[in-house]
Amino acid sequence: MKIIVCIRQVPVRDSQLRVDPSGAWIDESDLSFEINEPDAYALEEALQLREKHTGEVVILCAGPPRAAQTIREALAKGADRAVHIELDNLHAYDTLALAGVLAAAIRAEQPDLIVTGLQSDDLGYGQTGVVLAELLALPHATIVMQVEKTNTGIRVKRELENGWFQHVEMPLPALLTIQSGINKLRYATLMGIKRARTKEIRPVKPGVAADASRSAIERVYAPQKSKQTQMLDGNPREAAAKLVEKLRFEVRVL
Amino acid sequence: MSGVLAILEARDGAWHRTSLETAAAAKKLAAALNAPVSAAVIGEAPSPLGGGPDRVWTVRHDLLLRYTSDAFTAALEQLVHRASPDVVLLPHTYQVRDFAPKLATRFGQTLISDCTGFRVENQAIVFVRQLFQGKLSADVRPSGPGPVFASIQAGSFRAEEAGAGESPIEIFTPELDASTIRTTPGEPFRESARAVDLTAADIIVSVGRGIRERENIAIVEELAQALGAELAASRPICDNGWLPMERQVGSSGQTVAPKLYIAVGISGAIQHLVGMKGSRAIVAINKDPDAPIFEVADYGIAGDLFEVVPALVEAVRKARG
Repeated sequence: MKIIVCIRQVPVRDSQLRVDPSGAWIDESDLSFEINEPDAYALEEALQLREKHTGEVVILCAGPPRAAQTIREALAKGADRAVHIELDNLHAYDTLALAGVLAAAIRAEQPDLIVTGLQSDDLGYGQTGVVLAELLALPHATIVMQVEKTNTGIRVKRELENGWFQHVEMPLPALLTIQSGINKLRYATLMGIKRARTKEIRPVKPGVAADASRSAIERVYAPQKSKQTQMLDGNPREAAAKLVEKLRFEVRVL
Repeated sequence: MSGVLAILEARDGAWHRTSLETAAAAKKLAAALNAPVSAAVIGEAPSPLGGGPDRVWTVRHDLLLRYTSDAFTAALEQLVHRASPDVVLLPHTYQVRDFAPKLATRFGQTLISDCTGFRVENQAIVFVRQLFQGKLSADVRPSGPGPVFASIQAGSFRAEEAGAGESPIEIFTPELDASTIRTTPGEPFRESARAVDLTAADIIVSVGRGIRERENIAIVEELAQALGAELAASRPICDNGWLPMERQVGSSGQTVAPKLYIAVGISGAIQHLVGMKGSRAIVAINKDPDAPIFEVADYGIAGDLFEVVPALVEAVRKARG
């Protein structure tokens, strides 16, 4: 089975984010970056499928030169090779334009299966995978919690709302968006890191320009509070005592 | 007919909660655009829609009895051509996430998903949505020649605001071909009977990533015991298997509204907030004073949970005598 894993590089969780002088994006200069968390689960699922059914796992990532680090880490975990779509203005691509870029690169590869995370931790549109499936005329399933190969294709377990699930079967090739927690992530081994140095990362130019976007972020700003939060200060003991007062006399639960 | 079309979701003879909120959003947007508003639902409309849209389309076909993205997209593509709206609004449900990006792509458009609000400037719409798991907000302007597609986050509009009303119902029968449906869906199921009903709890103490390690959960458990509360968690904790899935609060877990919700080491990603922001009182304990959880909290302690929680346990025990 030839599997393509689409990954995105995002600022590490708990980064302190500042709006840049343009007011339309964040200042990226002091940030560290990592693989988008749901994409890490998609990669792990691809590696496990390859271990069961043999084949090849190819990483596909669009992003600036710094994305090479995240790609290398995916190779160290066991992916076979990578395609790096080099573009410096990743955030100028909306989901439609980005899916166009990914689709152009995927057509040349003819995979059996494409997997990606169900959403990104930065933009959070939760739709690049679905748009990509539509552009490639593939069947898809979203929010996938389990993948099994069948004689005719694949059978997946989808997560629905409120603790419900559903199985869905479909032929290959197909596209799946993977939910966090579907599997247990592996760490790269020392040997894996060593091997990754010699694995191929093929640079390609984007096949679609950012102006194919049909939406644009005009302004980025701190969210408006929906509530007046009373911050309780002091040392932990003092703060705890203040909170207990509130719980007794305002919330009235003690 | 142009204006705003709300494509809504109904299941088991009732509107999906977010559908009613989206109907209210559509009415508000149509008023701002001075345009008509209509609604559509696959299957039957369970009850008259708040706000009384100018028309409600019920989209009927045997191939729509079970959800598939292929059939829903094809049916709604035909409906959108027929209704030719300027704007299509949908509730940001799991089902919408599965087909709406595909529908928008058919019209060469981008779905502006998970919006919390909008404003109209010179007849043009600017949507508000969250970035970086709620740490920042963004104004997003749609472009392109086709209709604007956007989905509305749960809890962003008040269903009651739409008011009462009756609407003429029109049946729309799309042309569908079974051979174009590529996926075979099974019946929805639950893993096991739920032993823990968090919705019945008066007090919930909930733990998130900030707890760092499985062993540390005991600290929070102790607080729950001191308060006579149920213990709950955000998704990552259950993903790691540190607490069972049935204790998960959020869009993929339970939706709760206790008298008191104490969020310990939870940053407040929207997937969690939708499951608990209706709580009567919310306390957040988190080391990052900019964490989105403080935006919904009534009381906040910006500090190290490993110091604050034990101090709180002691203070609660003392208060209870």
